Amino acid sequence: MEVALPRPRAAREPFLTRSLDNERLLAAILLAPAVLILAVFIAYPFVMGVWLSLSSTSVGNPGEFVGLKNFLKAWDDSIFRTAFGNTFFYTFWATVFKLSLGMWVALLLNRHFRGKRLVRAAMLLPFIIPTVLSTFAWRWMFDPTFSVLNWTLYKAGLIATKLPFLSDSTWAMWCAISINTWRGMPFFAITLLAGLQTINPDLHEAASLDGANAWRRFWHVTWPLLKPVTLVVVVFSVIQTFSDFQLIYVLTGGGPANSTHLVATYAYQIGVGAGLLGEGAAISLFMLPVLFFVVWMQLRYLRRLEGA
Amino acid sequence: MIEQRWKRWVFFYIPLTLFIIGTLFPFYWMFVTAIRPDHELYRSWRAANNAPFWTLQPTLAHFQDLLARTTFPRWLWNTFFIAVASTGISLFCGLLAGYALARLRFPMAGALGTSIFVTYLVPPTLLFIPLADIIREFHLGNTPWALILTYPTFLIPFCTWLLMGYFKTIPKELEECARIDGATRLGAMVRIIFPIAIPGILSAGIFAFTLSWNEFIYALIFLSSPERKTVPVGVVSELIRGDIYFWGQLMAGALLGSIPVALVYSFFVEYYVTGLTGSVKG
Repeated sequence: MEVALPRPRAAREPFLTRSLDNERLLAAILLAPAVLILAVFIAYPFVMGVWLSLSSTSVGNPGEFVGLKNFLKAWDDSIFRTAFGNTFFYTFWATVFKLSLGMWVALLLNRHFRGKRLVRAAMLLPFIIPTVLSTFAWRWMFDPTFSVLNWTLYKAGLIATKLPFLSDSTWAMWCAISINTWRGMPFFAITLLAGLQTINPDLHEAASLDGANAWRRFWHVTWPLLKPVTLVVVVFSVIQTFSDFQLIYVLTGGGPANSTHLVATYAYQIGVGAGLLGEGAAISLFMLPVLFFVVWMQLRYLRRLEGA
Repeated sequence: MIEQRWKRWVFFYIPLTLFIIGTLFPFYWMFVTAIRPDHELYRSWRAANNAPFWTLQPTLAHFQDLLARTTFPRWLWNTFFIAVASTGISLFCGLLAGYALARLRFPMAGALGTSIFVTYLVPPTLLFIPLADIIREFHLGNTPWALILTYPTFLIPFCTWLLMGYFKTIPKELEECARIDGATRLGAMVRIIFPIAIPGILSAGIFAFTLSWNEFIYALIFLSSPERKTVPVGVVSELIRGDIYFWGQLMAGALLGSIPVALVYSFFVEYYVTGLTGSVKG
């Protein structure tokens, strides 16, 4: 019986297949599509955005170089300053709520109970459903005349007059923060839950044998082990919240009286609404230092993890 | 034992129930509003109401109006087509790039990995103004290609990152065995590694699909004719006239626009969760 030995192939293989065995060449070919798309639609727009922000370009007018004028103009604009402050306020509180509630839900879901998978799947729904669509449901619930929340609180005897959900600027901001929390909290809960599940239950048992109560077990055992994943989740969430657009666009449109704008919605209003591309680009670039700082922190942290 | 049970209620069942109600109530309200007739919908908040949280005369009128007034099925199809196409492109690019970054040794590998990670963190709202200009330059405005080509900017980094992590968990020996048996590197990658990575590919794909379905600002800016729009943009621009909100139709549209993505999600919950938790792993 004949045994089919692997024949020496290299000699018969076409040039192309052989050269694909060269690691560098293969790497270049494999990376090309991704790098090409990212270069054309991220790197190029970024450079162009910087150029636009330094020019007086508007729709239908190529404009000319004006230096930092757009940035200075934005900084002098009281609406922009409000928007800039709002962005920090919104990001800070939404992140605090998402983290604390998300942690709570993760701890609840980390137990064993019947229907756990179903509950977990249901809890993630706000994160799946398009933000614009769910924000409409909230907007309807906050409607000045037909709010179901006002109705419920009124019938329960808790309020005597309507609450000004979206008609008062402070209320509107907190409404936006609550919706953002509602939408983003599942992301925290599920990722933290995944982190919790990697913690060895023996550690908890050992701690409770040593007489630690639930709170101390959380603080001294769970939290230190959960810190790395928490940090990463917070970074992602901060970036998304800081650059949020759709929620405010649908909920208040920046109103009442331009008091709830975020940097992104105001950049849209100036850049797309009013067609002042240069000024709009400058406004959105105000987000860059903060995003840069957060990304830099994240990279440094990752490096430290790899180094350790 | 009695104390234990009391504690379980206070610290577990009650908070969990409240969280579930809080999470799901807006969807329930969307549904009730969509099937509630207009005369019940627009009734003063103090009016007597026998069934505030339900309706005694459920109607499909809002759905009929929605379909009659707008090109809603077209929007659904557009959203679906764009999501599938951009997910496909991103998976293709992410698979190749993820493999290269996880397995191949070449100069600048570290720097490239880092820069892809950085692009992962660039939010769409930072670049939408110059990007709108570029789309105009390329004559892509008001075509689905404007979105199919720009959505990968946030999907490719994510897919690459996730799949790179997945490839790293596959033992190198598998590939080495295949190569000893005479497979080329490319052959080993396509026939040995990619099939093993199918769960990872599914996770990345499902997650990318939901992200594209959700995208709003690019779709808002790059598309202008009503029949070309995606669901979120169509709902915003066609169902609000000035200050008038057609709430019944809006909620019907929101409901119908959420169902496809919720269905995809419910079939692949586990993959989705893997994608979600993998998306943040360093």
